[in-house]
Amino acid sequence: MKLICIMCPMGCELTVTKEKNGDVKVSGNTCIRGEVYGKEEVTAPKRMLTALVKTDMGVLPVKTTKPIPKSMVFAVNDEIGKLRLKKAKSGDKIIKNVLNTGADIIVTGDYVQYDL
Amino acid sequence: MKYDVIVIGGGPAGMSAGLESARNGSKTLIIERNPYLGGILKQCIHNGFGLHYFKEEFTGPEYAKKFISMVAKEPKLDVMTNTFVTGIDGTNVEIMNENGAGKLTCKALVLAMGCRERTAGNILLTGSRPAGVYTAGEAQRLVNILGKMPGKEVVILGSGDIGLIMARRLTMQGAKVKAVLEINSTTSGLRRNVVQCLDDFGIPLLLNTSIFEVVGKDRVEGVWYGKVDEKYNKLVKTKKFMKCDTIILSVGLVPETDLVDMPLSRVTKSVSVDNYLMTEKDGVFACGNFLHVHDLVDNVSLESAMAGKFASMYAKGKLIKSTAFNLVSGAGISYVIPSKVYNVEDKIQIRFRIKQKVTKTNFVIKNAKGELLAKKYVLASLPGEMQTMEIDGKLIKSDITVSVEGL
Repeated sequence: MKLICIMCPMGCELTVTKEKNGDVKVSGNTCIRGEVYGKEEVTAPKRMLTALVKTDMGVLPVKTTKPIPKSMVFAVNDEIGKLRLKKAKSGDKIIKNVLNTGADIIVTGDYVQYDL
Repeated sequence: MKYDVIVIGGGPAGMSAGLESARNGSKTLIIERNPYLGGILKQCIHNGFGLHYFKEEFTGPEYAKKFISMVAKEPKLDVMTNTFVTGIDGTNVEIMNENGAGKLTCKALVLAMGCRERTAGNILLTGSRPAGVYTAGEAQRLVNILGKMPGKEVVILGSGDIGLIMARRLTMQGAKVKAVLEINSTTSGLRRNVVQCLDDFGIPLLLNTSIFEVVGKDRVEGVWYGKVDEKYNKLVKTKKFMKCDTIILSVGLVPETDLVDMPLSRVTKSVSVDNYLMTEKDGVFACGNFLHVHDLVDNVSLESAMAGKFASMYAKGKLIKSTAFNLVSGAGISYVIPSKVYNVEDKIQIRFRIKQKVTKTNFVIKNAKGELLAKKYVLASLPGEMQTMEIDGKLIKSDITVSVEGL
């Protein structure tokens, strides 16, 4: 199976094959992240999610602290969409272990019009 | 206040150049027109930044914050926000801010003004002129900073990275992205963005396809679109209608060169530089997306740090020049930076882009006699990706050419 690695902007072309004994082999990667991605993509694909959280002072960018199952991306996005905070700042943890994915949701930026 | 080095622009390029100049001992000022530093990174809330520079993955605002904190801690570095530069004369800078008009002088100037997006007018988009036509960056600012949606049913023209990223963002925010149309036969964005922004969401990428006509009176109602041939002629028999209320343009960036009075390259649409990233005007340096459109912000930071270092050396009178030779784009190369190189002791970094996709080949640098000076093997490379190579400055004794081997 041919895949394009999404771990970094290099976009290496991976070839992923399943051995008879069930092992998954990855070639074409140029770093260890590519091997991990290739294996996960055919067994349990994961994605980082970045989104927006609403606050009384405007929206702020957020992200998952680690990749979550690809099938959970929309559910987690909706979970973040339900929130309405008073205000927040970068680094704030706004959801712990979101939908039992093991990932937290943290704020990654500050109000643009107010800083500096 | 007297400055050794002034940097115009407080985005990733300007911050990196300013930091490196100050770290080399030059009293440095960054001038930024926005009320904040960080530039476009502030609206790029997706992740994927910093893997090369910081060996860690950040979102745009996080990457910006890393640099903003370093700028704030740097004793020899000042920042002037809310300030427009209205003119440049040599290394003199005319500015305008809440205190009125003023003039600043310095020994070396770094141009780090970045790019503007190409608009509907730039690409001669035909049809009516209703509301609902945005550039990708405008839409990104609307959604990610102001929290407003540009529309509900979206067609994206052009497959540049910001367009692909916005296809995903708008989908996640509840819009229906109907298709991405690309006039060329390959995407101009990174491959990973096609996978994670389009394929993941089942958004079709239609190649060799463009908008023939925008339809709508007050608001966009749809587009007539269809196939084009390799010369971009519209193949009218393939014409179809797609209903939408929003068109997003991701059709390239043009360096913001309004302030400079220098001949511009036909390919990069910007100024030419030597291996010190100095333009043809003495003491004026250029870097970042202003010099050429980069693929990764990491590369912007690296290149701009060099511009800052060389500007600082120039300010101290320590920049060594010798006989100048030309660095020329050979077979398969669309442009190379710098265009002028000196026979120097140090290693010289060159950056270039290729014209067409290549696989399993070498990039080669040769002198006028055809002798090999440097070589780099690549598994695969696309025109969108920026390539870097190093060459030993001591070997430069004639004009040199970079090319794709075997073309």
